[in-house]
Amino acid sequence: MHKLTKATLAFNGFGRCFNAEKHFTATKIISRGLVCTEHGDDSGKKEVYDVIISGGGMVGSTMACSLGLDPNLVDKKILLLEAGNKKVMDKVPDVYGTRVSSISPGSATLLSGIGAWEHITKMRYKPYKKMQVWDACSDALITFDKENLQDEMAYIVENDVVVAALTKQLDSLSDNVQVKYRSKVVKYTWPMPHQAADSIPWVQVTLASGETLQTKLLIGADGPNSMVRQKLGIPTVKWNYDQSAVVAVLHLSEPTENNVAWQRFLPTGPIAMLPLSDTESSLVWSTSHRLAEELLELDEESFVDAINSAFWSNENQSELIETAGSLFRSTLSTLMPSAGIGPKTRVMFPLGIGHASEYVRHRVALIGDAAHRVHPLAGQGANLGFGDVACLTQLLSQAAFNGKDLGAMQHLLEYETERQRHNLPMMAAIDLMKRLYSTNAAPVVLLRTFGLQATNMLPTLKEQIMAFASK
Amino acid sequence: MYSRKFSRLILGLYNRKTSAITAVQSPGGRSGFSWSAVCRQRTRWLRRDGALEVQRGVPCQMSARSISQSTVDPSEVKRFQSLASKWWDEQGEFAALHAMNDLRVPFIRDNLLNVHPGRQGGKPLTGLRILDVGCGGGLLTEPLGRLGADVLGIDPVPDSIGTAQLHSSHDPDLCERVRYQTCTLEELSAEEEGGGGETANPLRRFDAIVASEVVEHLADLETFALCCSHVLKPGGSLFITTINKTNLSYALGIVVAEQLLRIVPSGTHDWEKFISPVELERLLESNGFSVQSVQGMLYNPVSRAWSWTNSTAINYALHAVKLKEEHPQTDQTVTPHQTGVDEGKELKLNVG
Repeated sequence: MHKLTKATLAFNGFGRCFNAEKHFTATKIISRGLVCTEHGDDSGKKEVYDVIISGGGMVGSTMACSLGLDPNLVDKKILLLEAGNKKVMDKVPDVYGTRVSSISPGSATLLSGIGAWEHITKMRYKPYKKMQVWDACSDALITFDKENLQDEMAYIVENDVVVAALTKQLDSLSDNVQVKYRSKVVKYTWPMPHQAADSIPWVQVTLASGETLQTKLLIGADGPNSMVRQKLGIPTVKWNYDQSAVVAVLHLSEPTENNVAWQRFLPTGPIAMLPLSDTESSLVWSTSHRLAEELLELDEESFVDAINSAFWSNENQSELIETAGSLFRSTLSTLMPSAGIGPKTRVMFPLGIGHASEYVRHRVALIGDAAHRVHPLAGQGANLGFGDVACLTQLLSQAAFNGKDLGAMQHLLEYETERQRHNLPMMAAIDLMKRLYSTNAAPVVLLRTFGLQATNMLPTLKEQIMAFASK
Repeated sequence: MYSRKFSRLILGLYNRKTSAITAVQSPGGRSGFSWSAVCRQRTRWLRRDGALEVQRGVPCQMSARSISQSTVDPSEVKRFQSLASKWWDEQGEFAALHAMNDLRVPFIRDNLLNVHPGRQGGKPLTGLRILDVGCGGGLLTEPLGRLGADVLGIDPVPDSIGTAQLHSSHDPDLCERVRYQTCTLEELSAEEEGGGGETANPLRRFDAIVASEVVEHLADLETFALCCSHVLKPGGSLFITTINKTNLSYALGIVVAEQLLRIVPSGTHDWEKFISPVELERLLESNGFSVQSVQGMLYNPVSRAWSWTNSTAINYALHAVKLKEEHPQTDQTVTPHQTGVDEGKELKLNVG
């Protein structure tokens, strides 16, 4: 009666694949069959790179260094393609760069493993030991710090400094890592997953100069509007926050031991002040598009006033909540410096969230912002990217030691699984925080106030949070 | 006599199995295969084996292989010819072999690094010459080539060699190090001998031979072992992965793998040709090898991954080393092994 036909057996086979953890690959691989392929056209003995990394930002350059220094990848040909110019920094400029990143200890370990951290410490960086976060609507606050305040929690480094340090390191690896600057990619040609008689099995990258390069593995590190991801047609979950971030460099009115990162959640968005040195701090103020534009228009004094009031005013608080929460306001005002502003250093950029549903395809992997994009409120964007680099390097190294084809799906899927497991909860948490703090409705405020204060009082929970964010 | 006992055992098992299966069949009605067809096939094999025994008249171990000068079984060649284009489909018929690379490449690599220590870097097997017997589409040949070895892959099926050559032709890295040839091991060994036998240039011999999932398809293992000995350098390594001959290997390796789960195309394996590690070890040691290690392997059809295991009841991997002093040639018929084993042991002591 219920005779199993071949078709049903095959279907059961697919069902089996769905159940299997590591190898839900079968359907994934087949369904990810790629569209176009290049036929015929004898490529002769064209050079085939082992890895091409598309995008020479912080994450892409770190990937290149990391692969170049791995002992199992010593004989592999690696190429980094960067559309911009080579960023050399012989001497650190007096003016601080506006775009900065918070580098977690895990990322710092990766960077020192590839020799770039040394260059960074020689240039400019600022460790900070404590992070204080509080709510505009209630003054509930939470402090993150390492126990004895001796160890650094994380580091604030300008993005330009990081890239310059990585460039310097790449120069020293020139025998197995090549870098092509000012090379913009105009076209990607994807290979068929199975061997076909006369088609080229490699990924082909066509540059604006007309040159075509072939590679066994393409790593897409080309930012949140990744061309690699778009051309692959990978479905991406993304939406824009109706917020823009205003970044500026602030002069502090008096020099102070500036080693605390401050962040206050306003209903329009969080405002953060990150230490750059004893006299300078970086401002990251995420707020509505309209308000952001207005802020850019303001003259210096008004801008500084706006910042100070954002940090201090309690117009958002209702009577009820103010009595429920306030303790440290007076203490804070003596500790928090009041700010001036540096010339010509205000910029704004829109914020959004994005997550690629697939990080890998046959012979392609996405890392960094190309795979995931988050709100800057937790300072995790760059760190998630560095985490991708560490994971993928380790898996590629192991694959090479087992004689595997670097573009094979098996280890790429392992990378995807491991990183998605780490990144998705982090992204969900950041998004939740953003939504939770975007309102000043009393019940939500009360909820988050008590939540925040409760978390503040539980050291183990705080340690867990810090450990998760430090990876 | 041996075979009669075995056949009784197996028929007995069959009876047990039928009753078990019929019990299951009625409620679920789950059967994608014909159990009776399987049993008919089995009885056919047993009868054939019985007939062979009568012809031979020589007491020997249970073997469905005829003693011949050729290791190659024509029916096997035909079967693999039809599958030649499917080698590189990682989710297709040969998915289990692709997955097996996770075990066999590290096995080969690590054992070779033990023998030739002090190598590092991206290509740890640089400078070693490896022969891949029964390479098929080159599934194992390519990873070994990527690790730096000079690999020659041989297979009697011309289409498989064609597929292998095509696949490796695109990779400039592999082109230099990986070569393929359509021939059998005896032909290669004859070439080697033809070049002068004992006085042949020893550099033409191989540092290692890999025969993975091959011996269960061969017609004559004695010749195989002999030929391996000819083309291997003294002290060279022989790596074999194959399937044990047990009730469990019949149940899981043939019934489940071929008929039920279709992990392997139906008819790929002949239980009669399976060989137990003990038998294989005896065979090799009588041909001048010393078995270094035997390790069981297990395939998990759910996760589609292999893992090492303590039990060699189904699949196992074996590493043997050719003894440094040349072993006197044995003739083709099977001889009592006592002297062979003792000599081997003595040689081992001498060499140290």
